[in-house]
Amino acid sequence: MFDKALLARLKVRLKEWDKTAEKTRGRKSMPRFFTVSGVDIDELYTPDSVVGADQDKYYWEHIGLPGEFPYTRGPHHTMYRTRLWTMRQFAGMGTPRQTNERFHYLLKEGGTGLSTAFDLPTLMGYDSDHSRSLGEVGKCGVAVDTLADMEIIFGGIDLDKVSTSMTINSPASMLLAMYLAVAEKQGVPFDKVRGTLQNDILKEYIAQKEYIFPPLPSIRLITDMMAYCTKHVPQWNTISISGYHIREAGSTAVQELAFTLADGFQYIESAIADGQNVDDFAPRLSFFFNAHSDFFEEIAKYRAARRIYAKRMRDKYGAKDPRSWLLRFHTQTAGCSLTAQQPENNIVRVALQAMSGVLGGTQSLHTNSMDETLALPSEKAVTIALRTQQIIAYESGAANTVDPLAGSYFVEALTDKMEAEAEKIFAEIDDRGGVVECIEQGWLQREIARSAYAHQRELEKKDRVIVGVNDFVAENETIDIPILKIDRNAEVEQVAFCKKIKAERDAEKVKATLNHLREVAAGDGNTFEAILDCSRVYVSVGEMCDVLREVWGEWSESQAAMQVS
Amino acid sequence: MEKKIRVLLAKPGLDGHDRGIKVIAAALRDAGMEVIYTGLRQTPPMIVDAAMQEDVDAIGVSILSGAHMTLFPAILDEMKSKGVADMFLFGGGIIPDDDKEELEQLGVAKVFTPGAPTEEVIQFLRRAVAERRRDEQIM
Repeated sequence: MFDKALLARLKVRLKEWDKTAEKTRGRKSMPRFFTVSGVDIDELYTPDSVVGADQDKYYWEHIGLPGEFPYTRGPHHTMYRTRLWTMRQFAGMGTPRQTNERFHYLLKEGGTGLSTAFDLPTLMGYDSDHSRSLGEVGKCGVAVDTLADMEIIFGGIDLDKVSTSMTINSPASMLLAMYLAVAEKQGVPFDKVRGTLQNDILKEYIAQKEYIFPPLPSIRLITDMMAYCTKHVPQWNTISISGYHIREAGSTAVQELAFTLADGFQYIESAIADGQNVDDFAPRLSFFFNAHSDFFEEIAKYRAARRIYAKRMRDKYGAKDPRSWLLRFHTQTAGCSLTAQQPENNIVRVALQAMSGVLGGTQSLHTNSMDETLALPSEKAVTIALRTQQIIAYESGAANTVDPLAGSYFVEALTDKMEAEAEKIFAEIDDRGGVVECIEQGWLQREIARSAYAHQRELEKKDRVIVGVNDFVAENETIDIPILKIDRNAEVEQVAFCKKIKAERDAEKVKATLNHLREVAAGDGNTFEAILDCSRVYVSVGEMCDVLREVWGEWSESQAAMQVS
Repeated sequence: MEKKIRVLLAKPGLDGHDRGIKVIAAALRDAGMEVIYTGLRQTPPMIVDAAMQEDVDAIGVSILSGAHMTLFPAILDEMKSKGVADMFLFGGGIIPDDDKEELEQLGVAKVFTPGAPTEEVIQFLRRAVAERRRDEQIM
């Protein structure tokens, strides 16, 4: 990159430069120069910050070319010049009918992929008519009880024409099975069905806490599905290994990076232990990261993630297929960075965060709506969020060239630092007995809670400024953006529909397929095939989960995991 | 010495987002209060029973799932039916202004929304508990 003479000259010049710079260091525009994760940032980065003794080696091991190992610059050769990222807005609300309407609206407005949010009862494996579901049905996503609901949600949408992402974890197998059953009814063969499941249970124990069963049977549900999809649904991305929720729960950028990749490595090791060939399933794994407010730190995080993953997949897990080395990821802007105060400012935060995702080489992107700290997003807010992506794609020029920030002394130095710090965390997780052990001990949960509290204290001491919250506060502020009101009748309507379907379906088939699922779960057959059989005959998510709760038990968090520090 | 303020914190409903409540737990603890955090997925009867057993001054709950208009009133009803008069309910979460007003009218002592400094929660609790204790002495 730079010849030795230049580097030597630079070192001399930097000493002189430093003397002059020293005269201006008495004044500071901010109390501390550090990232949103608390990483101190140097005043200046130069070639000296990034290049080791062997420049040639450094370049090929750390940077290289896009579409080539170690993929720091991107998973594909030509990136957005060939294909823009997928603008995938997460949506789901109220009843299946309302969600279907929102999907048709997003497709009409130029959205290119669908993304489904489910309500809490669905995520937790309770039907809408369960007593624990009271007040939660259709609130933060759409309610799905049986195949009948999935038929409505995807009504009028050809499943061979769209790719669909489903944010579901504990009951992921049930929802994929119902989606496949809809495809079957539309006459779409399984090998034409495209999409992604979140299906990342480890981060549920760590961060979002929407778990049902203990870790080991939960991992089995996942490896069973991976085996099924490898054979029958080859275009389906089986797990979206998610750092998003880890970050939202309060982790730093490095913790997000390291905990997420560690989860990914755990799935890979479990599937290998299950007898699967790494190159058969690895190309269908994908990741999901947060785009927080620290612009450069986020870009460095994405670049480091690709590099760490490629190296491990090739060198540790012995993957031979280059597609197995690629870390492809979805990005969502940081909900936790948005403010209830002066909510219009969130449009600007989202735009900057989205830009970091694009400059970091994301494959798909969800931009948050400005009103998310106030309520579920209104149509106006959702539209502005989608327009933000379109402006970045078509007006900003960011898509014109591949990895435009490569070679920035700062970005490369920060990328290296991210990787080094993540490696330290991997070593600590290994020392503690691996991810599952760390979850059981509550170590990962406590680490995140500690970071969250440290961040809050920095805000209250005003070490960091959040505009409109702890500085530049508007007196007597009134919110004048539209607020979406969820129809309180949605729950009543959904509960009635759930009961109606349960009364009308073939009770004998329901009983037989559920009994079969119970046997398979207690033995060692493939649970996914049994779940698919249940789904086809309108067995509900709650009924299938109840059978598995019976066989496997339920998980609850230990006292150790609830502590802050 | 004055008796320490005791607070029970809980997550009702199915929502698992516990960042906020853990931050509040740590902040109240560092402010010298005794904090009992009961964890996730607590039903209204579980919460009120735990609060009575622990003899707390206040119950704090965090709800980010949109189920606040069901869960807050259910906890208030539970408190009423069990005759709990010596403690109050407060909470926080993603709660639109209109709902916040309605909840405060129903008897929730205070609803905090995103961005509220922990110091505000601490001050509120000190004030509210002091008032209650004073009232009890007068009675």
